[in-house]
Amino acid sequence: MSQAKLEFLDRSRTFWNPGKTQDWQDMGIDLVIDRREGYYLYDMDGQRLIDLHLNGGTYNLGHRNPELVEALKAGSARFDMGNHHFPALARTALAEALAACAPAPDMVYTAYGSGGGEAIDIAIKTARHATQKRKIVSIIKAYHGHTGLALKTGDDRFSKLFLSEDTQGEFIQVPFNDLNAMEDALRGRDVAAVLMETIPATYGFPMPKEGYLPAVKSLCERYDALYIADEVQTGLMRCGEMWACTKYDIEPDIMVTGKGIGGGLYPIACTCIAERCGGWLKEDGFGHISTGGGAELGCIVAMKTLEIVQRPEVRSMVSFISDYMRAGLEKIMAEYSDFFIGIRQHGVVMGLEFNHEQGAKPVMKHLYHNGVWAIFSTLDPRVLQFKPGLLMTQADCEEVLRRVEIGVGLAREELMGSLRRSA
Amino acid sequence: MMQPQIRNLIDISDTPAALKGKADMVLERARWAAQVFQRYDRDATMAIVDAVAQAAHEHAGRYAEWAVEETGFGVVAHKKLKNELTAHPLVEHYRDQDFVNVCVDEARKIVRIPRPAGVILALTPSTNPIATINYKILIALMTRNAMVISPHPAARACSVDAVQTLADAALAAGAPDGVIQVIADPSIALVEELMASPKTAVILATGGTAMVRSAYSSSTPAIGVGPGNAPVFVDATADIDKAAKRIVESKSFDNSALCTNESVLITLTEVDARLRNSFKQAGAYLCNDDDASRLRRYLFHDRGFNIESIGRDATWIAQECGIRVPTSTRILLAPITHIGVEEPLSREKLCPVLAYYVAKNRAQAISQARAVLRLAGAGHSAAIHALDERVAMAFAAAVEAYRVVVNVPCTQGAAGFATALAPTFTVGTGFFGRSSVGENIGPGHLIHWTQMAYNNDVAETFGNYHGLTQDFGGPLPQAPSDGVPGSNGYRGATAEQHAGSLPGVTRDELRRMIAEELRAVLRK
Ligand SMILES: Cc1ncc(COP(=O)(O)O)c(C=O)c1O
Repeated sequence: MSQAKLEFLDRSRTFWNPGKTQDWQDMGIDLVIDRREGYYLYDMDGQRLIDLHLNGGTYNLGHRNPELVEALKAGSARFDMGNHHFPALARTALAEALAACAPAPDMVYTAYGSGGGEAIDIAIKTARHATQKRKIVSIIKAYHGHTGLALKTGDDRFSKLFLSEDTQGEFIQVPFNDLNAMEDALRGRDVAAVLMETIPATYGFPMPKEGYLPAVKSLCERYDALYIADEVQTGLMRCGEMWACTKYDIEPDIMVTGKGIGGGLYPIACTCIAERCGGWLKEDGFGHISTGGGAELGCIVAMKTLEIVQRPEVRSMVSFISDYMRAGLEKIMAEYSDFFIGIRQHGVVMGLEFNHEQGAKPVMKHLYHNGVWAIFSTLDPRVLQFKPGLLMTQADCEEVLRRVEIGVGLAREELMGSLRRSA
Repeated sequence: MMQPQIRNLIDISDTPAALKGKADMVLERARWAAQVFQRYDRDATMAIVDAVAQAAHEHAGRYAEWAVEETGFGVVAHKKLKNELTAHPLVEHYRDQDFVNVCVDEARKIVRIPRPAGVILALTPSTNPIATINYKILIALMTRNAMVISPHPAARACSVDAVQTLADAALAAGAPDGVIQVIADPSIALVEELMASPKTAVILATGGTAMVRSAYSSSTPAIGVGPGNAPVFVDATADIDKAAKRIVESKSFDNSALCTNESVLITLTEVDARLRNSFKQAGAYLCNDDDASRLRRYLFHDRGFNIESIGRDATWIAQECGIRVPTSTRILLAPITHIGVEEPLSREKLCPVLAYYVAKNRAQAISQARAVLRLAGAGHSAAIHALDERVAMAFAAAVEAYRVVVNVPCTQGAAGFATALAPTFTVGTGFFGRSSVGENIGPGHLIHWTQMAYNNDVAETFGNYHGLTQDFGGPLPQAPSDGVPGSNGYRGATAEQHAGSLPGVTRDELRRMIAEELRAVLRK
């Protein structure tokens, strides 16, 4: 590590976040991202990494995608954040563009947050207003962000720390893929909405069982609850369609998109709302106020993002990348079959499962030292989140596979060695 | 209810970033398709080729009509014929050539492995839009390449539709998605971006000189061809009647929209009268001096050739020029007394007008034929009608053309449709014509070969490559969409692992190995 980096890490500990800074060092990841371009990250000491983390799809189209940078630059010659109290050209234009590609025909409104968490909060508030009920059902180990309401729907590791967990019994969590538990939670007809990540990312992408999501939607209908689809990570073509919920035949009442919609350049998140659920927008349009939510420059970038991801070439590339990565990973899995035991996949949303309760961490570390950046699943560290970009080249995919084969082998050696010793 | 509209508040579509983004995406999709296509074996490849040829054949008439309607160039019946010739007959011409499997040369101890170019950027012309598209797509598919077609704007609509039809046929026959793509809005800036991109392996350029030159200056490898201006020499030893008939047939074929058409006829004083007579019989109209100057004025503006006249009927052109001709007229013969810069009629004419020059002797005729090609069309085509092979030899060795067709209509002959030359819509004009290839372009130009070469020393034995092939994985197995009904499970696992564990071993080979092992076990 360079002297400059050592000094920088000290500053980071002192002025920014001592815990987070140190945790990465403890995990053997001394990454300080400096330059970035396309799917490459460059550490401040110069090491190149192929980015398969993409911050959950934020960099779907690559870092500093030139078309998005151009849209932002051109946009800034006319717009700024805008005045959030007034009808605004760019906000309305993006809302229309979203309505035109929404997963349900009656999804006409878009309310804006400045990040995914805020958009989830808006979704929850909207559902509560529409149903005049308070309870929200989410999935155990789901992750929807760390703002006020979103926080309460997730793992209590993050809420208890701040004495912010639910104490009113308003936030109920049920296991993923368990319809009985879901029905039990809804039976009392006192639930405003089920909040469902189409594929729970931070939980390591466990895949919905066949029929699970549509059955949840039917239960919602039966028990007068709304269905909120969190498409923050799964949307925007990552599953081979604009929205993953469409692939599972779900027409949600409310949908949230974030991360990638801002192209990694201008933070923005959107809550798309079916007409019939958006009563508060008529009753009191000032009901949710957010100065940065739907900043108009973000809207300009988001519109370009939507245009790009809907090109036919993107659909085609996503399918090549999914198929090619899968074929390559299958070979690696066959080679290390006692360690690398499973692949969860829907399009370029992938989770690699290892036969060790912390297995993804050493894999992450060895991939890092072999030029690939992919992150373990915070809420299931057996699983490595493996998230190729939508526009990855064949050459880069081949590079990734070459490096993954080496990295997985090294991680296996490290772990299996220790297993043998402990046995 | 009000419908949502896509309203572009900030338009960046003309910026370099947007053009590059667009070009990159099309080309990267093509690269993916090309990579996957290289996993296909010969049977799978030829099944796609045949299916696409069939689609080209079925739509030959429809697109012939559309092309003539859109561009105004040529004759529907002839275009239909060309569209058909560039379908099944083109494929049959190459049927016995193998561009997919390895080729073993025991004698030279060399094994050749075909390596497709990857992504070919094809520029197609307005004069022969559909035939060129058929031909380029088929030679790309034969060699397992991906192709992006940028059609000439004047033939945009029919070209885009035709490419899409063939692309759909390829996909339906199992080709990788995106193996054939078309640029629906081919602006100059976008085409330049496509040409300059390192994602393009080679540019196959057919069309105007400016475009071909810009392909060559893009820094990407290019196969571009120059314009034609074929001289045709009718010698005293020729069968005069037949020669006249063939030339009329050639010049009137698609009204000379093919660049291989005869442009300037050169003959000798002693056959002049007979030849004129035969031409009259064959349907040519002989212009007088006044007619010729009308033609000259009409066909050549200050800016160059009048593209209005390309591929038009002889009678239509005559009418435009105010020349009265019989309605049965198929070509116009314009006598000239000079060849070179001072006589525009000695330049290329993509219309059924043939300049007619009488030389004093053979030496002068050959010198004039060289002058025609010096003016324009170097490296392209020439024709001779003669029964004395010494004359033919002298002519062919003298003119700077890489194909000299003998006693045959030049339009069809030089393009390989009435001779044994490779059937083509891209005629290599070689070094004379500032091009990289001097032959008729065919599939062979779209691959290179990796050559495995053994030690010459006789003591070193050559390996036994019998029955060995590359590792054909075939189409990529489809990745699952876990949890979506009907797509659970991954069918590719076993196939991939099998291919991975025993690279290059054919099923027969495997069976033989197992049988041998069994025998060894039983012997014990
Ligand atoms: C599925 C999902 N929803 C919501 C969020 C919250 O988004 P943000 O971090 O922008 O608040 C995240 C962030 O990781 C997420 O993965």
